[in-house]
Amino acid sequence: MATPQAPRVKVPSLTPRARSADTPTSHEVKIDVERLSFFYDTKKALEDISIKIHTNVVTAFIGPSGCGKSTFLRTLNRMNDIIPGSRVEGKVCIDGDDVYAAGVDPVALRRRVGMVFQKSNPFPKSIFENVAYGLRINGMAGSKAELGGRVEESLRQAALWDEVKDRLQESALAMSGGQQQRLCIARALAVRPDILLMDEPASALDPIATQRIEELVYDLKKTYTIVIVTHNMQQAARVSDHTAFFWLGKLVEYDRTDKMFTAPAEKLTEDYVTGRFG
Amino acid sequence: MNRDQRRNLLSKLFVGACALAVLAALVPLAFVLFFVISQGVQALSLSFFTNMPVPVGEEGGGMANSIVGTLMLTGIAALMAIPIGVISGIYMSEYPGTRLASSVRFAADTLNGVPSIVIGVFAYGVAVLPFKQFSGLAGGLALGIMMIPIIARTTEELLLLVPGALREGALALGATRARAVFTVIVPSALPGIITGIILALARIAGETAPLLFTSFNNAYFTTSLTQPISSITVQVFAYAVSPYEDWHRQAWAGSLVLVTFLLVCSLLARFATARVTRLRGH
Repeated sequence: MATPQAPRVKVPSLTPRARSADTPTSHEVKIDVERLSFFYDTKKALEDISIKIHTNVVTAFIGPSGCGKSTFLRTLNRMNDIIPGSRVEGKVCIDGDDVYAAGVDPVALRRRVGMVFQKSNPFPKSIFENVAYGLRINGMAGSKAELGGRVEESLRQAALWDEVKDRLQESALAMSGGQQQRLCIARALAVRPDILLMDEPASALDPIATQRIEELVYDLKKTYTIVIVTHNMQQAARVSDHTAFFWLGKLVEYDRTDKMFTAPAEKLTEDYVTGRFG
Repeated sequence: MNRDQRRNLLSKLFVGACALAVLAALVPLAFVLFFVISQGVQALSLSFFTNMPVPVGEEGGGMANSIVGTLMLTGIAALMAIPIGVISGIYMSEYPGTRLASSVRFAADTLNGVPSIVIGVFAYGVAVLPFKQFSGLAGGLALGIMMIPIIARTTEELLLLVPGALREGALALGATRARAVFTVIVPSALPGIITGIILALARIAGETAPLLFTSFNNAYFTTSLTQPISSITVQVFAYAVSPYEDWHRQAWAGSLVLVTFLLVCSLLARFATARVTRLRGH
C-alpha cells in the first residue's frame, strides 16, 4: 500500500488523528523521509518529519511563512548543505537510497533532483545557453546537434519554445517574468531529473503567468515527481494531488488534497485552509 | 514672506550651493586640461610618436621610446597583477568569513595605502640591487605590486554583488562550487571586473615615483626587459626639471599623451559598464 502516512506529530496540543488516506495505490513511493530534523546552528527549523512522497503525483507543501516548508524542500536535494552551520538528522531516501548517507555526492544528487526557485534566476546568458548550461556542465550532450535537440525538447516541455524559438541567442534577462520562470523550469528539465522541486514558483507572477505555470505542472507530472511549495492555498488545491501542511517546523497533516481541503483531520489544518490564520 | 516662500528660497539656496561646490571641484580639472592641451598641442606632431629624443637645440624630437616603455611596463604589471588580483578577489568573496580572507583583505587595504615611492624602494631592493642593474622588469614589478590590491578589492566587491540566487541556480543543476564560480558568478561580474582592471591600469600608467629607481630612464629605444627603459612619466619629469625651453615643450606634449591615454581608459571603462547594463536588461 503506497499511501501518505500519518506524520509523527510531536505537538502536545495536537492529537495525531490523521491516518492513512485512500490515495491511488498505483503510485510508488519516490521519496521516503524518516524522522528528519534540521538545524540552523542551534535553532531547530524542522522537527522529526516523516513523509512518503509518491511518483508521478504533485505533492504540495503548504503552511504559513516561516513554517519550514521551503527548508524542508531544500533538504530533499541537499541545497541546505551550502548554509554554514546547518545540520541534518534523519533520513531522506530517494528510490530507497539515503541521500545523506556517507559517500553520496550532492552534486550528482542535484542533477537527479531538479529545483525551481521562488524568484526566477536565469543566468545573464542567452536563452539557449541558459537551457544548455546543465547539459554542458554535466557533459550530457555529445554533439552540437544533440545539444540543440535537447534544448528544444526542454523548451517545448516548458511550453516556451514557440515564444522564443526565433530569439534563442538573445539575453534571457530581456524576457518577461513569467517567461523567465518557465525558462528556469526548462533549464531544470534539460538534465532530465526524476524529481522536480518547486519553491513557490509562481509567487512573483501575475495571474495569467501563474496559470501557465500551473498548467505546466499538471502536464509535467506524467513524467516527473513534483513537489511544490506554495503560499497560495487555491493553487495547492488546483495543482496538487497530495498536500502536506507544515506549522512551526512540524508536519501537521498529510493527505489527499481533496480531503485536506474538505475534511481535514486536524483542527489546525482546518483553521489554516479556511483562512483563520496564516 | 510666508512659510512656503521661505522654504522655496531655502531650497534654491541649497541647490545653488551644491552647484557652486561642483564648479569648485571642476575648476582645477578644467585648468589642468586647459594647460596640458594648449601647451601640449603646440609640441605634438606625428614625429613625437615616431622619433627618439634629440639633444637640446635640435628640432623634431619625440618620445617613441618612452611611449613604448610605458606600454611595456604597464603590460608587465598587468600580467603580474591581473591573475593574482582576480584570484585573490575570488577567494575573498567565496570564503568571506575565513581568517585567510580577512588577512588578505587587510593586507590589500594596507598595501593600497603604502606610498608609491616606498613600493619603488622595495622593488629597488629586491629587483635592482641584487642584479646591479635598473630594468624594465623591476619597474613592472613595482607597478604590479601597486595594482594587485586595487584589482583584488574591486573583484571581491563586484563578485559579492552577484545575486546568491544565481549560485543556487547553478548548484541546483548539478554544478560543483568551482564550476558555479567560473561559469556563472565570475562571468556575471566580468564587465565590472574588466572596468576595474582598466581603471587600475590607468592609475598605474601615470605613476612616476616607483619607476625613478627601478626602470630608471633610457635615452635609447629598447624592448629589453633587463635594461633600463624609458617611460612617459619619468621622461616628462626629466624634461620638466631641465632648464631648456625645448624640453619643456616636450614635457607638455608627453603630459598630453598621458592624459589622453587615461581619458581613453576611462571612456573604455564607461563603455564596458554601459554594455553590461544593457545586457542585464534594465
